[in-house]
Amino acid sequence: MKAATIIPDSTPGNREKPQKTPQSRKRFWRTFKNQKYLYLMSLPFVIWVFVFSYLPLWGWTMAFQKYKPARSFFEQEWVGFEHFKTLFHDDQFLLSLRNTLAMSSMGLIAGFVFPILFAILLNEIRLSFFKRFAQTISYLPHFVSWVVAAGIVTKMLSTDNGLVNDVLMGLGFIHQPIQFMAQGHLFWGIVTLSDVWKETGWNAIIYLAAIAGIGPELYEAARVDGASRLRQIWHITLPGIRPTIIVLLIMSVGNLLNIGFEKQFLLGNNLVTDYSQVLDLYSLKYGLGMARYSFGTAINIFNSVISVALLFTINGIFKRTTKESLL
Amino acid sequence: MGKTALAHGKSWSDRIFDALVFIIVLLVVVITIYPFLNVLAISLNDSIDSVRGGITIFPRHFTWDNYIKIFTFSGLITGFKISALRTIAGTLLGLFSASMLAFTISREDFQGRKFVSTFLALTMYVSGGLIPTYILMKDLGLMNTFAVYILPGIVSAFNVFVIRSFIDGIPYALQESAKLDGANDFTIYWRVILPLAKPALATISLFLAVGQWNAWFDTYLYNGSSESLTTLQYELMKVLQSTTAGSGGDYRTNLVTSTVNQVSPESIKMAITIIVTVPILLVYPFLQKYFVKGMTLGAVKS
Repeated sequence: MKAATIIPDSTPGNREKPQKTPQSRKRFWRTFKNQKYLYLMSLPFVIWVFVFSYLPLWGWTMAFQKYKPARSFFEQEWVGFEHFKTLFHDDQFLLSLRNTLAMSSMGLIAGFVFPILFAILLNEIRLSFFKRFAQTISYLPHFVSWVVAAGIVTKMLSTDNGLVNDVLMGLGFIHQPIQFMAQGHLFWGIVTLSDVWKETGWNAIIYLAAIAGIGPELYEAARVDGASRLRQIWHITLPGIRPTIIVLLIMSVGNLLNIGFEKQFLLGNNLVTDYSQVLDLYSLKYGLGMARYSFGTAINIFNSVISVALLFTINGIFKRTTKESLL
Repeated sequence: MGKTALAHGKSWSDRIFDALVFIIVLLVVVITIYPFLNVLAISLNDSIDSVRGGITIFPRHFTWDNYIKIFTFSGLITGFKISALRTIAGTLLGLFSASMLAFTISREDFQGRKFVSTFLALTMYVSGGLIPTYILMKDLGLMNTFAVYILPGIVSAFNVFVIRSFIDGIPYALQESAKLDGANDFTIYWRVILPLAKPALATISLFLAVGQWNAWFDTYLYNGSSESLTTLQYELMKVLQSTTAGSGGDYRTNLVTSTVNQVSPESIKMAITIIVTVPILLVYPFLQKYFVKGMTLGAVKS
């Protein structure tokens, strides 16, 4: 808006629908010449994005071919939905889908509850130096790689001198150390809690900022009315950060299937494959690892399509119920 | 609650509440920091003594031996160099591209604005996936090259939008007066926008640098077989996975031949973990004040 009002001579072509008259075309080229630097500064990167982000989408055609790397695109043999049929009948696929959905839903819930709780708790701390100290420490794990984080988690859960086993034995809950990393049914929980350990402090930043934006007069009024601290949290803080929660929720639901595979790759081992194999690892192992590129691509497509469909569905539901939208 | 609660125990319940909150947050702090201190203590402890266990946050038999030993691993030296190189190159190029794109789409008079920003925004929702990307890198001849660390990540839509929302806050009159002085758009970007956008640039460079430093999967996928292009994170991954008979060995079979297969003692692993983490700890305090701002900015506007 501001640019249009300040420079009247350069009316942008996209504001009012450009008609294809010779005049408007002339005006376009004149502005084009005036803005040559802007074009020079953006078009090379647009080509860049095309190559590295859009060309892989072209690669989706592989899923409908019997792709052979040595052949050109026109020499490939087309097989229709054959790979998808194989995929949907594969037990490993169903297993991977189950694991992906389970770990992403657990991650989604934990990734909301813990940061919100932590932000609220931090906000209630009166000693400002301790508040700052706690916050600084809490971001720390976000910045270390998953390689390091997985190493630390494995160390803490190990049977020889792992902290968790030591504490549990010390408190008398168990008599034998538990082999955490070797138990399939514990894997989802371990991945989720590792994520909580690594990301809670970081994800709390947004909520803290949202809480800081709530007017102090609301709290004062509540105090005058005799509301306890818990009631103030329930009736002022939580409603105050509601819009933030909704926006972040929509974004994370869209990424439900794109949970990545780093954690599962690094924390998993052969003993827990039935619980650690997510869709991306499945495509890595049975697609890339076996040079079945077409089959692997079919897995990736399934993943992307479902993610986008979820995003639009959830956004639609929210739009209808809360009149707030992200897209 | 009501009046009675106010009259009777307001300060009391307040005090209990404060104490509870303090204890919980303290517990969170301890859980977060303890593993790091524990790893540090073990890395500084005699490796044979460590097997006995019971080391908490102080080494029992202090020694630098573990660190001296890991500096004889050639993979780590190469890894350190490559990791440092990709961090510097990736951060500079990423910063340059993101700020330039952000500048062009912040200009409301730019004709290509809508196209460029939509074209970028779409990449945040749809991605080709693992295998199509792998095939593309192969077809572009990027396997076993240093370039594969840098080129794919040069333009990131998220970074562009964070910087752009910062630029939107810079008064347009500044650009206008520069224009009256005869500056072209590139000069405005270089002389006016970049110096004023420093806080946003600091945030983005932190994100880029941490991302580059922490990356390991691209090494595994594209450069696993060339030892001269290994990265520090990848080396650590191989060492850490060497005992667990991890999933790493499983998927790697057709892609790369693993080089480190001997089981490394605990203390060596911990020492490498520390070496890999320290560079991040060094830059962290300096950039902290920026990234909180940048994180909030990105989330609210994008």
